[in-house]
Amino acid sequence: MAMNDAQLERFSRHIILKEVGIEGQEKIIQGKILIIGAGGLGAPAALYLAAAGVGIIGLVDGDKVDLTNLQRQVIHFTPDVGKPKVTSAKEKIELINPDIKVITYQERVFADNILEIIGGYDFIIDGTDNFPAKFLINDVCVMTQKPFSHGGILRFDGQTMTYVPGRACYRCIFKEPPPKNAVPSCSQAGVLGAVAGMLGTIQAAEALKFIIGKGELLLNRLLIFNAFKMEFRTVRTQRNSQCPVCGSKPTITSLEDYEQPACDLHLKEDINENKG
Amino acid sequence: MRIKINGKEQVIEKGLSVAELLIVNKVEMPDMVSVQLNGEFVRRGKFSQTVLKENDEIDFLYFMGGGK
Repeated sequence: MAMNDAQLERFSRHIILKEVGIEGQEKIIQGKILIIGAGGLGAPAALYLAAAGVGIIGLVDGDKVDLTNLQRQVIHFTPDVGKPKVTSAKEKIELINPDIKVITYQERVFADNILEIIGGYDFIIDGTDNFPAKFLINDVCVMTQKPFSHGGILRFDGQTMTYVPGRACYRCIFKEPPPKNAVPSCSQAGVLGAVAGMLGTIQAAEALKFIIGKGELLLNRLLIFNAFKMEFRTVRTQRNSQCPVCGSKPTITSLEDYEQPACDLHLKEDINENKG
Repeated sequence: MRIKINGKEQVIEKGLSVAELLIVNKVEMPDMVSVQLNGEFVRRGKFSQTVLKENDEIDFLYFMGGGK
């Protein structure tokens, strides 16, 4: 595959990087990345991946754009309120780069649909807002040996790690979902919009490094930051032999739907119903 | 004695267990935190038996479920 003149010009700042070059940019153009959740994390990730020229971007989200989303979900604009998030995001991606093929899935991920959705992609970005989905994504990626980026944000804090087969998975660190309502959600506790942008952008950078096969991914490391103090640290982690999904004697061998955090879900349903 | 908690040095009483340290540090619900001691995960069931030593490095890793 040869890039045309317009592509060479468009991606010149990538190509000039010796770690990327023409070869790396061609890999990006052939890359297939799935973003689960077109919200706080998915929005910046999608914008940067689109700008980078990722050939196929998949977007999974069952929600519609809500006024409360616009404080951080930078791919959605005021006139998009009420529109499916995947549609709104697809429109922006195509405006950035019409060459990108965007595949939308206007649904939530569950144990019975996730396998089919993730199948064709090289790398998955977890931009979901709830533990059942985060654990489901981890489990399906471990079981199918699919690399993914985990991301979580709350208030001024963010954390992220990258999984590739053979390295520590999310469950190696967090064995099982926390008790329902033990950990507040962003809608309960708030989140600084820019924190979502910081974390989603880190996830996009991880996806691009994975696609070009260069650099050091956040493997066996959990990056944690607090934007209030603006402190970053990476905690070394390791594969946990007692991990229930990737350990030596896995107890989780099939996909499972955990109960959704009820209060958060109801809130969303109410909002959507009110919008009609 | 001195230990490092989340990368920061802190002076604590001798003989504290992980469970007691969580209380001292106002982590109300141990269910909400994953604990790594000198790079190894500590099982939740072992929090009260695991006693900290001088120069231990302990990380409290918190759940973060947000994303949208």
